Amino acid sequence: MKRLMNWIDARFPLTSTWKSQVTEYYAPKNFNFWYFFGSLALLVLVIQIVSGIFLTMNYKPDSALAFNSVEYIMRDVKWGWLIRYIHSTGASMFFVVVYLHMFRGIIYGSYKKPRELIWIFGMLIFLVLMAEAFMGYLLPWGQMSYWGAQVIISLFGAIPVVGGAISTWIRGDFVVSDATLNRFFAFHVIALPLILLGLVVAHLVALHEVGSNNPDGIEIKEHLDPETGIPLDGIPFHPYYTIKDLVGVVAFLFIFSAIVFFAPTFGGHFLEANNFLPANPMKTPPTIEPVWYFTPYYAILRAVPNKLVGVILMGLSVVIYFFVPWLDRSPVKSVRYRGVIYKTALTLFVISFLALGFLGTCPPTPTYVMITRFFGTLYFGFFLLMPWYTRIDKTKPVPERVTNR
Amino acid sequence: MPSPIKIFRVANKKWPMYGLAVTGIEKMNTDGVDKGKRRFLLAASSVAGGIAVAGTATPFVLSMLPSQRALAAGAPVEVDISKIEPGSYVTVAWRGKPVWVTYRTQAMLEQLPKNDPLLRDPNSNESTQPDYCKNEYRSIKPQYLVHVNICTHLGCAPLLKKQVGDPSLGASWPGGFFCPCHGSRYDMSVRVFKDVPAPLNMVIPPYVYKTDSRIIIGQDNIHS
Amino acid sequence: MKKLIILFLLAPLAVFAAQNGPHLDKAPINFHDEASLQRGARDFTNYCLSCHSAQNVRYELLNHIGLSNQQIEKNLMAAGGKVGDKMKVAMRPQDAKKWFGIAPPDLGLMARVKGPDWLYAYLRDFYRDDSTQTGWNNTVYPKVAMPDVLWALQGTQVLQSGTKIIDGRTVTIHKLVLAKPGKMTPAQYNAFVGDLVNFMTYMGQPYHNKQIDVGIVVLLFLGVLFVLVYMLKKEYWKDIH
Repeated sequence: MKRLMNWIDARFPLTSTWKSQVTEYYAPKNFNFWYFFGSLALLVLVIQIVSGIFLTMNYKPDSALAFNSVEYIMRDVKWGWLIRYIHSTGASMFFVVVYLHMFRGIIYGSYKKPRELIWIFGMLIFLVLMAEAFMGYLLPWGQMSYWGAQVIISLFGAIPVVGGAISTWIRGDFVVSDATLNRFFAFHVIALPLILLGLVVAHLVALHEVGSNNPDGIEIKEHLDPETGIPLDGIPFHPYYTIKDLVGVVAFLFIFSAIVFFAPTFGGHFLEANNFLPANPMKTPPTIEPVWYFTPYYAILRAVPNKLVGVILMGLSVVIYFFVPWLDRSPVKSVRYRGVIYKTALTLFVISFLALGFLGTCPPTPTYVMITRFFGTLYFGFFLLMPWYTRIDKTKPVPERVTNR
Repeated sequence: MPSPIKIFRVANKKWPMYGLAVTGIEKMNTDGVDKGKRRFLLAASSVAGGIAVAGTATPFVLSMLPSQRALAAGAPVEVDISKIEPGSYVTVAWRGKPVWVTYRTQAMLEQLPKNDPLLRDPNSNESTQPDYCKNEYRSIKPQYLVHVNICTHLGCAPLLKKQVGDPSLGASWPGGFFCPCHGSRYDMSVRVFKDVPAPLNMVIPPYVYKTDSRIIIGQDNIHS
Repeated sequence: MKKLIILFLLAPLAVFAAQNGPHLDKAPINFHDEASLQRGARDFTNYCLSCHSAQNVRYELLNHIGLSNQQIEKNLMAAGGKVGDKMKVAMRPQDAKKWFGIAPPDLGLMARVKGPDWLYAYLRDFYRDDSTQTGWNNTVYPKVAMPDVLWALQGTQVLQSGTKIIDGRTVTIHKLVLAKPGKMTPAQYNAFVGDLVNFMTYMGQPYHNKQIDVGIVVLLFLGVLFVLVYMLKKEYWKDIH
């Protein structure tokens, strides 16, 4: 065993990488509940890749065959129903985990210097994930798949002059068709996953270069043990955080399995009832409602009475996260040491995000549209006023060393 | 601020060969740690985790078995054998494989015992066939041979060369099957000859006589 | 901080609460009641399969509700074929379109699209209406293209409208009334439709019983595993002060 390791180490930096990145990678000792979601996002990525590979073995990316091939997986393939439910549940759980992970980044200021690039890589992951989910949703070729894709692709039609041409180019046809299905399949199963993996590696490399933030927003590398050079508030990632993350993993798998086995459609929010009808290009379903993870942005789109402006605001509502590291002018990172103004703004933001998500599932009646505009304004206000209110906010003194709570 | 890599090089502790041994632990207070309890929990969690991984892998592995569609398509097939001329055959697909029903003449049957010394496995001890076909003729009724016409060498489809002394196969050819891909030879009971690439006699599928003129390929008895 | 966590956790519930529609009677769904499923399967093949397909469902599915291959072939496959065959329909879609104006939809997944309660209401809420092409109408699916194929069993219903005063306001009430009894009493007919809907719901997700059984085992196992890894974590984290 030892000789084998020596043989490998002479040719590949296995031991040294393992040490520098795992057993002697020092993470702050005060991680709390919110720090589970990074490793969980990685877990869901693996779940999606594995279940996706097995679905691909039986799925047919052909508009005449796709719908029935999914039913073939559900009924004829041994345990196919389980694999498909794992994948469909995984898609939604991916967004649950990623939203909570992003929320963690926001409340503890994990995007602030020197972690801006980690945040940007993370946001790119989020964008690719949205594209991945959107394209994957077309593949079952049900009514919601079809009309959802039709609506979203039509958004590009709002671009002046070339919009129509771009929409047609994306579809490869004048409506969503076999050509669209085939290319979405290619993007969903190979192109986007490759990009996603690359971005995840970049995200982790950047993280390990600067080290993790923590709930106190303190740089642990500023207080090193004079003898060993190890951060005084750092503990080896392995075994302490590997084992701690394992607790999170098992708890997460419990919830995940409960959904897969007992509520895979999640009341129509993870798998919509109308998607059990094959796509019919001649008949729009009574309501088209995107899957829950897109509804906040969809609500913003619908609340604007101008197509182009609506599309721009919807795009902005996602892209604006990229600028948070530079919008935030507060001298402290963590919400723990920020003042009442920031805490109020953050609370309003969370409420408006959830409200927009809910409103995106409602029919666009005038009352709902007015409420959407109210919360949409709060949503953008959180970002656009950030340079102002983070500067005037009264912060509390940040302790020298991390606290245990 | 020093780069993290440099910091880690300073701490040159013993390499944890078996997973969970702890490095850089000095500043942690490890006095009074119950090593036995730790080892027990580690072992129990590892075993349970192993079961979890195996349990998760199982449905994925099983999903690659033939599906209900394959099983339905591989359902038993019925063949009418009354139209087959002596010395000729019909082909039917069973589980996607070519199954031949050959009507052997009396002369062909009489030649079979004489082939025994030339054969690799004259008594079909190593080949695949139902027990009721493990006999000289490798069939239920001597005249009708039912076999899966796939060469046991590399899966080609052999040809029927029933003519004794067929010029392309030499004067000593007793009649049988010849695989054109790599030259494997079988007799009229699809038993493989010595000194050819194929290792085994060809496969006899399960079949049953529904009536004298109809057989069902793919099941052992009339009721299943 | 705590409030934010709670808000996040409650978000899905808020969405759930927003789901509502017209009140429908609860359909008697029980995937463990084999007798009911068998009756439903018989009635489904007798009445529905003449016009509707269930193109992804194989007859051998009925093995799982206690029917043998012989029983399936003899009693439920009038047109012949093998038990591995799918539930196709003899009617050509073009003909169907000519006769009904629309091809009868595939029913394999209809219970998943509409929900069992909706189907249970739909199959009991047909009534005579001379203003429609078929002479039939339906309270949960107005102007439906399908005629009431079960009228001989249920009898003929008509829609009666009247006014009633509730809380001082005059409200129009619609009520279905049995004008001419059929071969079955209303209770018998309800049970008949109940069995049919039970089978159609089963057919939409035949793996459901297995799903629940496996799910219970998986959750119990994960519960044990959680206790183990939690204790392991507590043990290791004793090192950290």
